[in-house]
Amino acid sequence: MDDGRIQEHPILGQYTKGKIVSFTFDGKPMQGCEGEPIAMALHAAGVMVHRYTAKKHTPRGIFCAIGRCTDCVMVVDGVPNVRTCMEPLREGMNVQTQIGVSTSGEEMQA
Amino acid sequence: MRLDRSIDLGPCLPKEGDDQIICRCEEVTQGEIRQAVHAGMFTLAEVRRYLRCGMGLCQGQTCGKLVARIMAGEMKVPVSQIAPASSRSPMRPIAMQVWADEKEGGRPE
Amino acid sequence: MKRYDLIIIGAGPSGLSAAIEAGKRGMSVIVFDENERPGGQLFKQIHKFFGSKEHKAKIRGFVIGQQLLDEAAKAGVEVRLSATVIGMYPQHEVVVKIGQGVEHFKGDAIIVATGAAENMVTFDGWTLPGVIGAGAAQTMMNLHGIRPGKRILMLGSGNVGLVVAFQLMQAGCQVEALVDAAPRVGGYGVHASKVARTGVPFYLSHTIKKAEGTDHVTGATIAQVDSHFQFIPGTEKHFDVDTICLAVGLSPMSQLLKMAGCQMDNSGKGGGQIPVVDESGATSVPGIYAVGDVAGIEEASSAMIEGRMAGIKAAEYLGFEAQESGDAEFEKNVQALDGLRQGMFAPQNRGKKIELTEEGIPVSENLLTHGFVADDEIGRFPGVTHRAGVHPVMECTQNIPCNPCQDACKNGCISIGKNITNLPFVVEGKKCIDCGMCVASCSGQAVFLVDEDTGGGHAQVTLPYEFLPLPKKGDMGKGLSRSGRPICDAKVVRVRTGKAFDHTALVTIEVPADMAMKARFFRADGEEDAR
Repeated sequence: MDDGRIQEHPILGQYTKGKIVSFTFDGKPMQGCEGEPIAMALHAAGVMVHRYTAKKHTPRGIFCAIGRCTDCVMVVDGVPNVRTCMEPLREGMNVQTQIGVSTSGEEMQA
Repeated sequence: MRLDRSIDLGPCLPKEGDDQIICRCEEVTQGEIRQAVHAGMFTLAEVRRYLRCGMGLCQGQTCGKLVARIMAGEMKVPVSQIAPASSRSPMRPIAMQVWADEKEGGRPE
Repeated sequence: MKRYDLIIIGAGPSGLSAAIEAGKRGMSVIVFDENERPGGQLFKQIHKFFGSKEHKAKIRGFVIGQQLLDEAAKAGVEVRLSATVIGMYPQHEVVVKIGQGVEHFKGDAIIVATGAAENMVTFDGWTLPGVIGAGAAQTMMNLHGIRPGKRILMLGSGNVGLVVAFQLMQAGCQVEALVDAAPRVGGYGVHASKVARTGVPFYLSHTIKKAEGTDHVTGATIAQVDSHFQFIPGTEKHFDVDTICLAVGLSPMSQLLKMAGCQMDNSGKGGGQIPVVDESGATSVPGIYAVGDVAGIEEASSAMIEGRMAGIKAAEYLGFEAQESGDAEFEKNVQALDGLRQGMFAPQNRGKKIELTEEGIPVSENLLTHGFVADDEIGRFPGVTHRAGVHPVMECTQNIPCNPCQDACKNGCISIGKNITNLPFVVEGKKCIDCGMCVASCSGQAVFLVDEDTGGGHAQVTLPYEFLPLPKKGDMGKGLSRSGRPICDAKVVRVRTGKAFDHTALVTIEVPADMAMKARFFRADGEEDAR
């Protein structure tokens, strides 16, 4: 699908991945492997920014990748604060950049 | 050991790195934490309540040690003397609806 | 309210080991883990483990993980995944988020094996996407097959930083530099050496000043620090990297123990707040045990033994094991643990600068400051000797508890001596048959087979190789020095792979005879990196 994926690993060989599914990122069609964390599919496709913070509006992305730091949260199927490094990818998911705690950041003060 | 609250830390002078974010979740900076210490907040619990550092989604997993180190630096004491914040449930972020909707066995039948 | 004889929190190496011991003794055991997959960090550890056979030495971490899961299943252990323990109370009550609900459990005994969380450091730009933890890098590449980035800067020269730097290269990333604020490499010298010989430069007494970029990392600036860890002006160096990887230590995740009222130790030993425990992991609350990293940062091998010890003691505590037989079994594990806690990197030596090996040989200073043993230092170590014909050269220069090389040689060419931490040497009068098992068995990739004179002014060096693409016989390239610098032309004369080598390929290169004791890595022509 893209060159962010390791095709063959010297120790691990081929990776067992789910079937290829389609999803959207901010409306753009994308593909990933079913069951892998959403963040992995995004990273493989070159997406680095998952959200912009509420106070200082700075970009954040994957940081711990194991569900601890919660920096990679996004709006998934309309639900904010979804840890994309944990949430498995499914066909048809609607993944959106989170601004503050929504897709618009409208709750933030001007 | 009783905490000596009478110690004089002197004025809070600007320091390199004051703009740096320490608590990633609540976007609290080094400068804000230093100022809180100078304002008399000598325990992690107080600083947490005041600035919200460690009270965001990750619950201080990432910044706990960093905040303690900054406080110790300001107070000129070893980090081990900064009492860790209290530990209480829930230990991980959890939606209120899940928290409230306890499953079978949760309440006396 | 569901009841179990034993509740274990965390399905990593220590938790699973505890579960196996308890399950074998007929206890009803449930293990909760918040992750989707069990095994803790084991499935991200793709290197061969150190130690001796009883510590599962020379087996790769993820294989050990599978072995533990199989053993646990056989012992009747129930493992609940995606089950997050969100509360624990002194009355042995555990509250778990499972799916979209919260469930309560009681255990007559509880073993907490929650492991550790990564420490972080701050610098300008550290919140930018592209700055990640070393654990994140491992998760991405080793679990999910995703490259964390193309060009990486690694901060941290402890074993995690060194091992992950190597893994990044195995995943096809380029590691531009390995940086540490400390003046000396913190991890095993052999881990540093296998990174350095591929050409990765080490910058000790340096740290990151700034991560550059607006929306994500596009570069990094490092600078030298003085003995008080203050930046020295004018020493800045820039690297074009897209990823900065942080490996600056671990902290125990001990909050549940504190919540349950266990007496805690905040002195900083053990890497952070840890419970006060006895030899078996028993905390101040009867029936609650803590094992593995949560009770003090160590590594997976000791965590597995600690887990077994607590499992046995919990069984004794609840009457599933007679005290006499349990204690005998316990004692065996004490011995095994003592065996691991020896040598230069033993917990009691943490932070100490050791000048001499147990054999009285001065430790390589270059290894500690640059990541590789210098040419004029290597000859003083007992594994490095000159002989006629092919012979093993063991560039093992620090005392660590490890002996697979000795077990690997069926002809008895290699001996460790009387203590497992001693440096290996070649036994006089034994004939090397060039089987390669020592090269493939060394967890530190520090054993080479060298024939110093194959005629015509040539020598041959057989080295361990764990990268793709694998060189082929006849390939031309360069022989690299221990520092990763091209020093001679090299031709691949033999490539061996085999099940017994467990994914470590053996590449034999022909080099000029005077390079026999200097060439330690191979880079094929056309594979020159952009460095």
